Amino acid sequence: MSECHEVAAPVVSVAVGTPLIALAGQPNMGKSTLFNLLTGLNQHVGNWTGKTVERRQGTFRHNGREYCLVDLPGTYSLTANSPEEVVAREFIVRERPQVVVAVVSAAHLERSLYLVAELLSLSAPVVVALNMMDVAVQEGITVQPEVLAAALGVPVVAMTASKAVGVRELLDVVEGVLQGRVVSSPRAPEIRADHREILRQIETLTAAFVPAPYPPDWVALKLFEGDAEVTRMMEAALPEEKRAALQALLREHDDAFLVVASGRYEWIGRMVRAAVTQPKIGQIGLTERLDRWAAHPIWGLFILAGMLGLVFWVTFTLAAPVQDWMDERLIAPFAEWVGGLLAGAPAWLQGMVVDGAIGGVGSVLTFLPILVVFFAAFALLEDVGYMARAAYVMDNLMHLMGLHGKSFLPLFLGFGCNVPAIMGTRVIDSWPARLLTILIAPLVPCTARMVVVAFIAPIFFGANALWVSWGLVLMTLVMLVLSGMLLNQVLFKGQRSAFIMEMPLYHIPNARTIGLLVWQRSMSFVKKAGTAILAMSLLVWVLSYLPDGDLNTSFLARFGQLIEPLGRWMGFDWRLTVALITSFPAKENAIATLGVLFGNAPEAGLSEALAASFSTASALSFLVVTMLFIPCMATVAVIRQETNSWRWAFFSVALFLGLSVAGGMVTYHLATWMGLG
Amino acid sequence: MFPELISMSSLRAGEHAVVLSFGGGRAERNRLASLGFTPGVEVDMTQNYRFGPLIVTVRGTRVALGRGEAAHILVRRRGA
Repeated sequence: MSECHEVAAPVVSVAVGTPLIALAGQPNMGKSTLFNLLTGLNQHVGNWTGKTVERRQGTFRHNGREYCLVDLPGTYSLTANSPEEVVAREFIVRERPQVVVAVVSAAHLERSLYLVAELLSLSAPVVVALNMMDVAVQEGITVQPEVLAAALGVPVVAMTASKAVGVRELLDVVEGVLQGRVVSSPRAPEIRADHREILRQIETLTAAFVPAPYPPDWVALKLFEGDAEVTRMMEAALPEEKRAALQALLREHDDAFLVVASGRYEWIGRMVRAAVTQPKIGQIGLTERLDRWAAHPIWGLFILAGMLGLVFWVTFTLAAPVQDWMDERLIAPFAEWVGGLLAGAPAWLQGMVVDGAIGGVGSVLTFLPILVVFFAAFALLEDVGYMARAAYVMDNLMHLMGLHGKSFLPLFLGFGCNVPAIMGTRVIDSWPARLLTILIAPLVPCTARMVVVAFIAPIFFGANALWVSWGLVLMTLVMLVLSGMLLNQVLFKGQRSAFIMEMPLYHIPNARTIGLLVWQRSMSFVKKAGTAILAMSLLVWVLSYLPDGDLNTSFLARFGQLIEPLGRWMGFDWRLTVALITSFPAKENAIATLGVLFGNAPEAGLSEALAASFSTASALSFLVVTMLFIPCMATVAVIRQETNSWRWAFFSVALFLGLSVAGGMVTYHLATWMGLG
Repeated sequence: MFPELISMSSLRAGEHAVVLSFGGGRAERNRLASLGFTPGVEVDMTQNYRFGPLIVTVRGTRVALGRGEAAHILVRRRGA
């Protein structure tokens, strides 16, 4: 896989002189489809330096020449409202792509030309890819690309990326621009005459101080628009008296961004009037008809519930058997085979390889089937356009936690497994909301924790086990809402970013887009999280083995005994404490550990041994702690990966450690007081 | 004679209106502008159930807005 123009890390580079092409566009314009179509598997997904914004780049060949393509984040404008917008324009200003391909939708020309208006003011060489011609035809909209090209003054190529129509033509034009065959004379929007004078004053005041490589006229425009980033940059660059003059000027024209935005829409209006024939009014599109149900406050919830039920049904009928099969037919025989090979080796080596390494890798691999199904379902819902509807109908409930509807689906996936839940938060566009969702996601009880509950609860509660289990799930969800409210107050001072979201048109999903997304997410889990999981499972194994190969006398057991006083507050003895610690590599390990500590008793024997050893209050406390305990290491690894910081991963560990210990203590004492001792 | 100024959240589904101005924070106003909300633009209320978020069609795009965000936008009703 080749890399190109990576600013951050030193990587393999393609030949010097490979043209750099940037792909820009608003969300829901088919930009990713075009990117995937061009680069296929020759793409690399990473993060923009110091940002949690996904950076996708790749290479493609056309007429025997290699090109480097960077997919800029989808943004509505280039004003610094979000990290995505800053990333996109910084790339264009600093890395100077030879051509910027602006993907616009023929079905939504008016809105999508807004970004083009901004791109033209940046004086980047723009080629407009007039995408979704098929949707426009369906809606009865006629767009004439050559008229649009004449009006804009830049090349326009009509295409339908989802059907691979018009791609060659687009690349021919890109090649033409690079070779100087295609010449453009862009007509960028102008500011209304009455405001042009102020803009000129701003430019005179600042031009000499604008840091390279920013174009001074663009900086003046952004200052006029009140762009926070550019204002900060210029306030630092300007000498004292000029700064004061600028601030006074800008204060006077506080609402200038509306003048600029209106100016752009006037310009767009002229373009659209020239090139577009609108359909008759009154035609009800498919989207409108579907939304009467899907976005209805009540029916929408039923549809959402149905969709989610379907996702889980597919997961359990498709992925769970594969998971079992991998466990029994692949990993267990492999471990046995390796064990056989190592028959002559010292016991510690056998144990480390078979239990530590293969066990760790095995737990990563058996995660995969579930992840693949979840990623696929998620990508499908997103690509069809349903995700925005789910977010819309759930917005009211998520409001409680200072979150948007967009946080709902990722959180819901957590019932299957917390890992895809946290990776799924990438659909949330505001970073504080995304971080908050990542932090509370482990409070969604995953299937692995329910396995522990399903084993322990019947031993102590008999026929009431089902009610106890429901109670535990409910308790965890109440904790989720409370933590969300609290963290929102503490970390973000109760702010909730504005809920303004485009409802894209429904469309037929693109298999390639979904396939590539599943592939990339799964690989990034295996590569990044996988390494961390392997390291952690080796560590836990070493601690449970040293010094003399017996778990009962291992460092882990000694540690359990050492912190037994803490465990005692929760009604635990050292064995429950150790079982809890070993649930870190995988939650269901807790039962296996108890099995070992109670002398490898067969399961029925273990039930009796547990019933004889612990009071009901201790068992209840253990269940509560299990539900609230530190997320499993796969989850911690993914939190680190998605937040790009160990700080938040440790914060999460500390948060859930505190929460679970507190929960255990309260439960134990309350239960004892109620006579369950 | 002069239809009064109302906040967009009080438009009923199917009603048309013209945007006059909007408040809210700078980032919020910028985001609204980039999605097509500018003074003088015509909007159609597509869905509004009197609670929770609503859907408005502006410049051919359907945009979901929180009730709070919609309340920041001042509009004047237009006959159908």
